[in-house]
Formats: sequence, structure tokens, C-alpha cells
Amino acid sequence: MEFFLVTLLNSLSYGLLLFMLSSGLTLIFSMMGVLNFAHASFYMLGAYFAYQTGLYVGFWPALFFAPLIVGGFGAATERFGLRTVHKFGHVAELLFTFGLAYVIEEVVHLIWGRAPVDYRIPHELDFTLFTLYTTQYPAYRGFMMLVSVGMLLALYLVLTRTRIGLVIQASLTHPDMVESLGHNVPRVFMLVFAGGAALAGLAGVIGGNAFITEPGMATAVGSIVFVVVAFGGMGSLAGAFLASLIIGAIQTFSVALDYSMLDVLDMAGIQVASTSAWHGLWSITISQTAPVMPYLLMVLMLIVRPRGLMGTRES
Amino acid sequence: MTPVLTTRRIVFWGAVALCLAAMPLIFTQSFALSMLSQMGIAVIFALSYNMLLGQTGLLSFGHAVYFGLGAFFCAHALNLIGAEKFWFPVTLVPLIGGVAGLVFGLLLGFVTTRRAGTPFAMISLGIAEMVAASALMFTTFFGGEGGISTNRVVGEAIFGISYGPQIQVYYLIMGWCFVAMIAMFALTRTPLGRMANAVRDNPERAKFIGYNTTRVRWLMMSLASFFAGIGGGLAAINYEIVTAETLGLVASGNVVLMAFIGGVGHFWGPIIGAVLVTLLQSALSNYTQAWLLYFGLFFLVIIMFSPGGIANLIALHKPVWSASLVKRLVPSYAIAAIAGAVMLAGFFALIEMIYHFEAKETSSKEFSYFGLMLDPLQARYWIGTAIVFVIGIALVYGARSVVGRAWENLTVELQKRGVV
Repeated sequence: MEFFLVTLLNSLSYGLLLFMLSSGLTLIFSMMGVLNFAHASFYMLGAYFAYQTGLYVGFWPALFFAPLIVGGFGAATERFGLRTVHKFGHVAELLFTFGLAYVIEEVVHLIWGRAPVDYRIPHELDFTLFTLYTTQYPAYRGFMMLVSVGMLLALYLVLTRTRIGLVIQASLTHPDMVESLGHNVPRVFMLVFAGGAALAGLAGVIGGNAFITEPGMATAVGSIVFVVVAFGGMGSLAGAFLASLIIGAIQTFSVALDYSMLDVLDMAGIQVASTSAWHGLWSITISQTAPVMPYLLMVLMLIVRPRGLMGTRES
Repeated sequence: MTPVLTTRRIVFWGAVALCLAAMPLIFTQSFALSMLSQMGIAVIFALSYNMLLGQTGLLSFGHAVYFGLGAFFCAHALNLIGAEKFWFPVTLVPLIGGVAGLVFGLLLGFVTTRRAGTPFAMISLGIAEMVAASALMFTTFFGGEGGISTNRVVGEAIFGISYGPQIQVYYLIMGWCFVAMIAMFALTRTPLGRMANAVRDNPERAKFIGYNTTRVRWLMMSLASFFAGIGGGLAAINYEIVTAETLGLVASGNVVLMAFIGGVGHFWGPIIGAVLVTLLQSALSNYTQAWLLYFGLFFLVIIMFSPGGIANLIALHKPVWSASLVKRLVPSYAIAAIAGAVMLAGFFALIEMIYHFEAKETSSKEFSYFGLMLDPLQARYWIGTAIVFVIGIALVYGARSVVGRAWENLTVELQKRGVV
């Protein structure tokens, strides 16, 4: 029970972090039809900027400034990069973001080196929030959840309750009409791209110190975020939310479970000789399969339901 | 129907074969030979990738999966031949890789090709991640971190060819490369190849005429995987070791870069890309640590300014060449080349200064830049390189309009002559 509750809490905080990334990705996708390969790179930049600004002004201002800088960077990417490439079609746009991810990783190597940087959680949050049976639950995890949920609420309110949110929603489905009504749709696109990048940056700020801040962090999380978006259905925020929680839970639980088929067979009273050719296969533990699980899930989903959990768009 | 074996084609492919055969006589160093072998493998791989991206419009981020699986199957085949459990001529071993690629292409392609466009790109990436992660899980087949080592000198030598010396491997690779090039070119002229183009350009219309677009994509994907597998098999023979990196995401990304830099709109584009990228990778990495950054930026520049790749740039000059007006472009191109050289010199110097500034060794950060000693600890060097860079940018900006004007005049002339 203790194991289950703690892992559940961990998976919740991880799933919410995934949602911060996938929400921006899915918004950008449904608006511009661009799958942003550099999205996870913005996450990484968020962590590094927070580390760097944190050295001078401390964690709390960095929490505010780092996402802003990343957002500005995203706006510049859209304005000077994607908009130029747009006339060449979607493949060129996709490859542009792919190349950008490549370049960002190299620039990070250039400035901060290949080794992880020492980005730590702030002192104020370095205490035990509560003790569950015998496990001490760190306050920072709670803080992560708080920020994610706060951001989720803010995103929801902005999209549904404000004027700009309504313009964004209208531009999703009827860009021509919105343009005829006198709104600057390209600027709305830029804003959405910047907003998505800033969200990814914020996720980087609070995720970078909880996990690890290193040049490989973008590729590590990048493909998981794609799985989340494909699993939840392209362009569906609700689908992305559900998928984030499901994939977060699957990853966290499977890492923690150290059982293999051998144990199951053992319980059923079947012994497999260690000399058998199948012994290697049966002895793979669930935790060993953890990296494959999300992808396997995605493939299964695509076979059963190609448009994803809550997707509406066919292609 | 036009005949398949026109004199022009026979002469062209004959010249290609002669070139490939004569190459080791010109580049005799062992370094050059191993690089040429690497290029041959890259050419097969990039061409097979272009069957997806260029011909069928499928942007795959997981093509190395089939290349890598082909390599693993070939490595195991070589080991079995070595253990005399199985007889097969080494010359034909790449075919085993091809069949492995084909089988996995049929299997995984069935799932991935149900969608086209952006979803396909994502799914191919997911599949690639899945296979790469499984490769580290099933250690008996993939050899874990260390990979699978093999030995290509197995079985009895046929006509004295044991594949011990690199030169014999070179000819093996080039032989396969030649055959694969012809086969892939021929495929573009078959009804399937043409249907693939139709599915790329207008899937709805292709469906309307009565073709199953999913099946066309699936077939093309399987055939592309077949050729990728052949390339992988050759890689296993060439390097005698196959690791999980061979089928990883970096390798998949690399082939995207190769094909796109070369140009996906032309059959021969990826060949240029494969040769150029292999050359850059082995040449640049000797001189600078920042080569991956330059490489990435080069890719971005190609996408932003010439999305048709290098092949498209060359094709643009074809009418000018046939009207023998190239000499009119020479002056403006010379100006552009000088301007570009100034800008790049400044830019490279800046990047190298940053790299050496961040470097761990603390005693002296001075380094030689084309024979010039630069010291990133002194401000005047920073200011100097920055000035060169800014001047270079201004020059390039000016040169752009010079080249643009030259082209405008030329287009008028070409139109007068009725060439375009």
C-alpha cells in the first residue's frame, strides 16, 4: 500500500510535468500544423537558463525570468525561422525544427559543456512535506504539482475566458475568418508558439532540478512527449492530459516493479532451467521493459484506434 | 513504350561503373579507401531513404532501424558461417541483411504506413525508439552495450577473394552500391514508382482512381527497408562490429540530413548528400570540436534558403549551362564567394574562441586558427573577430543583390532565346 501510494504520487507529478510539455506541443500543432521537434529543446533551455540566472538572482526570480527568455526565443524562432520556411510546406517546417533541436543541443554543449550542471532545488523547498507510513515525501514534488496544476488552470482560463483566448480558439478552426475580422493571425501564431515555448521552459525550470540538467535531457524527454501527443490524439488538449497521466503512471510504476516472467512462472509452479534458450527472455524484469513500454503502448493504440485517445483530426 | 536500355543510359551507367572501379587507383591511401567504402554504404542508405521521403512523401525518423537490423542479421550470419553451421558465400551476405530489412519493413511498415504526413513522422520516431530500447534489452541478439563483433574472413576464398584486405571490401561495397543504384533508379520508372509519386502529390486523387494508397506506401516502405538492410549488411562486413547505435535515433537523423542536404527532389540528390556528409563528418571532426554545430547550422541554412538541397541548386544552372552563359554568372559568384568567405571566417573564429574559452585546460587558451594565433583571454581578439564577422554579414548582404541582378539579366536573355 505504501509503495502504491508513493509511486502514485510520483507518477502524478511526472505526468503533470509531461502535460506541461505536451500541452504546448499540441496547441502549436493544432494551430499551425507544425510538429515542433525542438519543443523538448525549449524544455532543456528552460532548465539551463534557470540554472544560469539562478546563480545571480536565486531560484524564485529565475522561475519567472527563465520561461520568459525561452518564450522570447520561441517567438524569434517562429518569426525569423518558421515563417520563412512556411512557404516550402510542412516537411520543411518539420525538418527546420528538427535541425534547430540539433543546433540547440550543440550550443548547450558549447556554453555549458557535456557534463550535467549543478542545478539544485532551492533551500526553502528542501524539506519533507509529509511522511507516508515510512516514506518521506519531498516538498519539492508537491511544489512541482502545485505549479503544474496552477499553470493548467491558468491555461484553461486564458483559453476560455479571455479575449485573446477566444481569438486563439477561433484561429484554430477559422484562420481566414479571424483575419477578415481584422485580427493579425500571424501574430497570434507567434504568440501561441512563444507561449508553448514558455510553458516548456517553465517545465524545464521545475523539472531540471528535480531530475537532472544535462545536454541529453531534451532527447530523453522529447520522444516521450511525442508518444503522449500521438497517444492522446493529435491536437487534443484533453487527450494530451489523459495521455500524460497514463504514460507518466506506466513509466513510474514499471521502473519500480522488479518482477520478471520467471517469478510468475515460479508462482505457477513451473521451473525454467537456466540453460534453456528461453531463460534469457523470461528473466527480463518489468523494470527492464520500462523504456519500451510507452512506445509499445503507442503502437498498440495506433493499431486499435489510429486517431488516438481523443483525437478528431485524421491527418 | 520507351526502350529501357537506351544507348545514353548504357554509356552513363558504364561511366559510373568505371569511375567506381578506378577510384582506388587515384586515392591510394588506406584512409581514403575506408572513407570511400563508408561513402558507398552511405549512398545506398541515403538513396533507400529517398524512396520514402522524396518519392513517396513519407518523412521517416526511424530508417536506421532497418539498416541496423540488416547489419545485426548479417553479423550473426557471418558468425554462423565462421562456426561452419551454415554455408553461404560472403559476397551474398548483404542479401541476408536486405531480406531482414524487408521482413521488418513489412512488419513495422504495416503499422506505420496506415498514416501519412506528420503522424507518420511521429510514429516512425516512436517505433525507432522502441526498437532502440529493445536492442538494449535483448542482449543475446543485440549484444548489449558492446554490440556484436564478427569476422568477415570466413568460409573458403572464392577465386582468391577472402575479403581480408580493405580493397576487396571496397569492391564488394561498390559492386552492391552499383547494383542497388540501378535497381532503385529502375524502380522509379515502374508503375509502382510512379504511383508512389502520385500518392505523395495527391493521395485523394490516387484513391479516387482506385489505388490503395496505404498499400502503395507500405510496399515502398518495405522495398526501402530492403535496400537499407543491404546497406546495413555491408556495414557489418566493413566494420566487423555492429552496436545498438547502428539502429539508433542519431543514425536515423543522420540519413535525414544526408538526403535533405543532397536534395530529395532529384534521384541523384541523396548521392551528393551522402558523399558530402561523409566527407564533412570525417574531415571536419579532425579539425574542430564544434563540427556538429557547423553541420547543424549548414542544414538549417539549406532548409531556409534552398529546400531543394544541393541537387536543386545544380539543376537551376542546367539551362544556363546548355545556353553556355555560365561566364556571365562568374563575376557575381566570385564576389559572393569572397563575401561568404569573410563572413564564415569571422563566424568560425568566434565559435572556436568560445570553445577554447570554455575548454578545461587553464594554462593557455591560445590556439591556431588557419595559422593565426588567437587568444580568447584577450579582449582585442574578440573585438577583431566580431568586426570581421559584421563586415562579412554586410558584404554577404550586398553580394546577394549582385547575384540577384545577374540572375535577372540572365533570365531575360534565356527567355529571349526560348530556353526557359
